Formats: sequence, structure tokens, C-alpha cells
Amino acid sequence: MFESLQLLWIEPPGRGLTLLSGLFSTLQIAFGAYALGLTIGLLGALGKLHGPAPLRWMLTTYTTLIRAVPELVLILLLYYAGTSALNNLLESLGFNPIDISGLVAGIVVLGFVQGAYSTEVMRAAMLAVPRGQTEAALAYGMSRTQSIYRILIPAMIPFALPGLANLWLIVTKDTALLAVVGFFELASATKTAAGSTRNYLLFYSAAAVIYLCVTLMSNVVFGWVEKRYRRGQATA
Amino acid sequence: MDWSWLPEYSDKLISGFWLTIQLLVICSSLGFLLAVPVGLVQVTGPRYLSMIARGFCTVVRGTPLLIQLWLIYYGVGELFPGIEGIRESFLWPVLRAAFPYAVLAFTLSVAGYVGEVMRGAFSGVPKGELEAARAMGMSPFKVLWRIWLPRAVQNVFPTLAGEVVLTLKATPLAATITIYELFGRSTEVRQDTFLVYEPLLLVAGIYVLLTGIIVTIFSWLENRIPKPSVA
Repeated sequence: MFESLQLLWIEPPGRGLTLLSGLFSTLQIAFGAYALGLTIGLLGALGKLHGPAPLRWMLTTYTTLIRAVPELVLILLLYYAGTSALNNLLESLGFNPIDISGLVAGIVVLGFVQGAYSTEVMRAAMLAVPRGQTEAALAYGMSRTQSIYRILIPAMIPFALPGLANLWLIVTKDTALLAVVGFFELASATKTAAGSTRNYLLFYSAAAVIYLCVTLMSNVVFGWVEKRYRRGQATA
Repeated sequence: MDWSWLPEYSDKLISGFWLTIQLLVICSSLGFLLAVPVGLVQVTGPRYLSMIARGFCTVVRGTPLLIQLWLIYYGVGELFPGIEGIRESFLWPVLRAAFPYAVLAFTLSVAGYVGEVMRGAFSGVPKGELEAARAMGMSPFKVLWRIWLPRAVQNVFPTLAGEVVLTLKATPLAATITIYELFGRSTEVRQDTFLVYEPLLLVAGIYVLLTGIIVTIFSWLENRIPKPSVA
């Protein structure tokens, strides 16, 4: 038992370093995808609430389809469709086709999926901001954009935070799906380590503990952020 | 777009479709059943049971389902061959197949997520209703069966539809442990025909359709049960 525990140590023959670098790429992909998702979500929510009708239809199709198809299928579809579309574009512009790194592809694919969920969270949060607040901003003579980033976005953050915290937890866990496509992150690092040492139970338990730690620490951080943003707000 | 492969592989795809439905129905039902005690003990149970249930929900919700599935299939599955005489026992065919492991992993996952929902649902039922039931002379089990559970389920019914959709979207993970459900079949077609998009688009369409059906069934059921009173 103790001999096999040594396999988790940093120095060879331990595979600790592999797991740690897997964790590092998992976190990189998760951060990138989350940021991309938030950007898409913010623009998508604004488009859904204030955009012209064709844009609204497109966004509704986007959020409905993405949320109805399993993430694993989406990852495969977007990865193949995305890379070949990009290479077609590059070729038509006269450039050589490029090999897209797993990191960038993972971020873009997961970010696109996250965007659909973020759009819905942000849309609900924007609707929860009393109309009078943005109307007051317009009455003060702020432009439409000013009223959005000075009033609407700061006022909606407390409403959006619980949903956004949940999305962060989802994206950290969804990075594991990239292992199926063969990207390097924590789940695939674990799979390699478990396969080469034939200690499946040990390594998958270790990975589960690592993911759990990420989740628990994120909960602490989000709890703190939420408390900060709810300052001065009437409690229900 | 090339769809000429479709007739040749339709039998395989249909069998994969039924396997997906089986996984979905079995795991959602078992998971919901398990979620009731998991939610209940957190509200009313003794301290040690409630701590176990809370820990279970945290672990299930805090780790990726893929890792749970691999942990159960490769990790726990690795222990069985070491047991003396197990290869000769009647259990061996069950322990060697992948399907039971997938059912176990998905059921536990549903129980963890829905257990958390049920915890909120049970604690949301007004105390007065339970006290009234007790005052009528109902036994604790009768209170649960006639008042507490129906009222709790009624309050969170729309959420349960979402959980079933999430379970449907989790079933493709079973393909990673050699279960040829719908997604696994599409992978097989892709490997045979070298087509990249068509099989994926087909199964994506089927999943959208299934999601639509689940949402329709649940909203039909929702209209048939009385609306919860607004407290």
C-alpha cells in the first residue's frame, strides 16, 4: 500500500509531476474558457435583450442547441469543424495550414459551450436589475453604452454571481472531457499514469481528490467575492 | 455531406439508441430513488447520517463524472480479479461487463445532484403541514409518503426535468468504457467510414430531439399536478 503511494510523489518513479502539470493545464484551459464564456455571455445577453430580431433568433438557436447536445459531442464537432474551417480560411488567404495547439483549441471549444450557459445566466441577471436604475442613468444624460457599463453591469453582478460560480465549477469539471479527444490535462495525465503503472484505483482517486480540492477552494473564493458584492444590499 | 452509410449502419445506431434510453431510464429512476434518503437525512436524520450524505453530495458534485466513471470501472473493477474464486462464481459475468459499472456511476451521480435538490425541497415544505399530519395521527412514514415527499417533489418538479436532461447528456461518457450507446455507435461509424461530421451531426440531432421529448413530457406532467401554493 505504502509502496504504491510513492507513485504519487513528485520524483520518479512517482508520477506526481505529471499530475501537477496536468492540473496546471486544466486550470489554464478552465480560466481561458471561463473568460471567453463570460465575454460571449455578456455580449449574448445584451444581444438577446436589446438586439434586432434576427440576432435574437440566432442567439436563441445558439443557446438552445448548445444546451441540448452533450458536451462530449459538441467538443468533437467544434474541434473538427473549427480547425478545418480555420485552415480553409487560411488556405484561401494564401497562408499555410497550421496545427492548432490543444490548449487553444480546448479553450475555444469549452468557451463556446460556456458562452451559451453564461448568456442565460447574464440575461436573467440583467432582467433582475430594476428598470428604474437604467432609466435614471439615461435621464442623467448618460449614453446607452455608459448606462450599460456604469449601471447595468455593476448592478447585475450580485444577481449573476451564484450562476457564474456554478458555471466555473462546471467548466473545471468539463475540462476532463478533453481527455477523450486526447488533449493533455489532468484527466488524461491521470489516465496515462494509471495505465503505465497499473494502479488505476490509486491514480483515479488522487485525481478525484485534486478536482475536489479545486472545487472546495473555488467555493471559498466565490463565497468571499459574493459577500463583497452584496455589501450594502438589502438581504432578502 | 455524404449520407450513403446510413442504411448500412441503421441497425447499429438503433441498438445504440435503445442502449442510451436504457441507461437514461435506469439511472434516472434509481438515482431519484436514492436521492430521497440522501436529501431526507440531511434535513431530519441523525448527525452522522446527515454528515455522510452531505459528504457524498460534495464529492459527487465536486469531481468530474468522467473521473468517477473511470474510478469505478478501472479502479474498483481492478480489485475484483484479486478475490479468490470470483472467476468461477455466478457474479463474474456481471462484474466483467461494463454496463453495471456505468449504471452504478451514473446512478450515484444523479443521486448526488438530485439529493442536493431534494434537501432544499424537503426543508422548503412548511412545518405546519407536517405538524398537522402528525396531529392527525399519521405515523412518521405515512407523513413522509402522503405529505412530505409529494409536497417536496411538487416544489422542485421543473428542476427534476433539468436533471434528467443532464443525465441524458452524461450518457455519452459510457462510450469511454466500451459501452456502445448512441455516441459510441457514431464513433464506430466514423472509424469505419472516415466521415468526420455526418455521424456526429446525426447523433447531435437525436440528442436535441430527446431533450425536446423529455422537456415536453415533464411540462405535460407539470400541468397535471396541482400548482404549489405560493407561501
